[in-house]
Amino acid sequence: MGTARPTSINEIGDVEARLLERHYIGDRALATAIFLALKLDKPLFIEGEAGVGKTEAAKVMAEVLDARLIRLQCYEGIDLAHAVYEWNYPRQLLHIRLLDETQDRRAAEREIFSPEFLLRRPLLDAIDNDDAVPPVLLIDEIDRSDEEFEAFLLELLSDFQVSIPELGTIKAKRPPFVVITSNRTREVHDALKRRCLYHWIDYPNLEKEVEIVRARAPEAADGLAREVAALVQGLRGMDLYKVPGVAETLDWARSLAALGATRIDSSLVDATLGAALKYQEDLERVREKVPAMVEKARGA
Amino acid sequence: MPDSDLLPRLGAFARLLHDSGIEAGPRRLTDATRALTYIDLKRETDFRGALRSVFVSRKEDIPTFEAAFDIFWAPPDPRITAGAIPGRSRPLRMSPERAAAWSAALGLSSSQMSREQEARSVPATSSGYSAEELLRQKDFEEMTWDETEQVRRLLEQAAWRVAERRTRRMRAGKTGPIDLRRSARHAIRSSGELMQLFRRRPRLRRRPLVLICDVSGSMERYSRLLMIFAYAIARREDLEAFVFSTRLTRITRQLRQRDLDKALEAVSKGVHDFSGGTRIGDALADFNRHWARRVLGHGAVVIIVSDGWDRGDPDQLTAELIHLRRSAHRLVWLNPLIGSEGYQPLTRGMAAALPYCDDFLAAHNVQALDDLGRLLAGLDRRSTRV
Repeated sequence: MGTARPTSINEIGDVEARLLERHYIGDRALATAIFLALKLDKPLFIEGEAGVGKTEAAKVMAEVLDARLIRLQCYEGIDLAHAVYEWNYPRQLLHIRLLDETQDRRAAEREIFSPEFLLRRPLLDAIDNDDAVPPVLLIDEIDRSDEEFEAFLLELLSDFQVSIPELGTIKAKRPPFVVITSNRTREVHDALKRRCLYHWIDYPNLEKEVEIVRARAPEAADGLAREVAALVQGLRGMDLYKVPGVAETLDWARSLAALGATRIDSSLVDATLGAALKYQEDLERVREKVPAMVEKARGA
Repeated sequence: MPDSDLLPRLGAFARLLHDSGIEAGPRRLTDATRALTYIDLKRETDFRGALRSVFVSRKEDIPTFEAAFDIFWAPPDPRITAGAIPGRSRPLRMSPERAAAWSAALGLSSSQMSREQEARSVPATSSGYSAEELLRQKDFEEMTWDETEQVRRLLEQAAWRVAERRTRRMRAGKTGPIDLRRSARHAIRSSGELMQLFRRRPRLRRRPLVLICDVSGSMERYSRLLMIFAYAIARREDLEAFVFSTRLTRITRQLRQRDLDKALEAVSKGVHDFSGGTRIGDALADFNRHWARRVLGHGAVVIIVSDGWDRGDPDQLTAELIHLRRSAHRLVWLNPLIGSEGYQPLTRGMAAALPYCDDFLAAHNVQALDDLGRLLAGLDRRSTRV
């Protein structure tokens, strides 16, 4: 149980400290979920609105564990050929045509269905590798895939093995640390979630968001960081189609810093509003309120 | 293992979660037991966080979990100093008998256990037609059993199915791009000679349907029929269903009941403003913000059923419809009044809505619903809107 993990993670505080070292401002609950996922050897299922740092959490985890990050980006129609393995057909064809006519066909077939001709996709890589530390497998935005793929994942996560008819069954020596993320554009099947520990990442409060901006967009001056965070907090309270996430806060702070701003003012905010809002209707709705919002944010 | 007497307590807590509607089976209980061996039980946030990450797997369940935690692990257990005072936390939603049993077991008043009483509070609405939201249980007994059965049979027999759309998954086909995998496989058997080209084409899937149904006072006569209609579709199709009068309520889960009457009863229980006033714009705004991204994937068809009697702001209705139309493959408006003689879509709401709907159809009888079926069956396969 957890024997392969670095022994220096003995309590939740260790995870918390290491996240912080890597400039990831999470909360105690996230650290608890990560810690338990490591200790119980269970996948971690992270949900949250777009841009709250789900993917980032997995990336930082890989750094913390000093493990390789293997990322599988899900999309509609993703199948085993893209997620697990595929034979390199062009190479196989070339190879077989270059063979001597007289050569034994069976032997030739064995040759071209050898690992050399295998295109290894992320899931196979996560199971079959020689890494000193088991890798972190990030299955990103699983809500974009379909039920067939979910069913396959369910199987994979229960025994961490893959069957390739020509090569046999490949089983993980040590299972990877699995992080699954979802933007909740649809409900992921309960059976899959049941296998995992769950964590919901919420939008951070003002203090936390200021911390995040300072940690991840250090080019933004202290005053600017606070004001941008306050602006975004204000936007989240408004009636918008798409509320800005933390990723947008960071983009916005960086944009303003790139323009040389150290404080915000109405014209700067107006000019860079597109960094935070992605819908025309939202932009229009907010534009007229910019002066008031700026004033409020400057007082925050 | 933590203190051995903590185990029975944990088991009881799992049962409380179960009674409150959170899945807390043996696997989770085992995980929870294991999890507790790794954490410092004296730190309430860690104890709470550990149990949360094991027992919760949906955002919606988080408030229920927190409430159950506060109630159950409140002092006097000296090992754990739970934060919230039970009286202040949110009551749980469970059957009155369960609530009574639990409040007796935990020594609480029943109002601290069950949310049933407070769920009926009247939300503030603006003046006018919909000023008073009629918060009462709608009596579903108006239609006779025979009539119900007849309508249901007719709807279930309707041969229509929703049209398919192309997905990004591929399958073998006679036309389409070359399937390199199969072709090469085949060629290898003939010493690398490409003797035959195989092709593949997109697999087809039926489009998801989203039904947004007006159940306000002016739609009262149709509500029951429409619910039966929704139930009949939900049996066969991938349906997300919502009803609104002043508020939007999702009824997808309720409709999945096996038995029609049970489903209708569940819907009626879950919806607190049947036959209230109408605010279509508000309902659609709610839908666009909270549900659209979750249920409008995969080329969904949206069907709004309403007579267009709206006491909301027509500009808001227009803005929300424009947004909705852009996120859906097709936007259909069903209006039961179209059936009546000399009907003109002159109500304010209808006039505002009409330019933005792809289709405007009747819905006053089974015949009209059949017409809708034909429309849905005939939709094209393009994966996006033109």
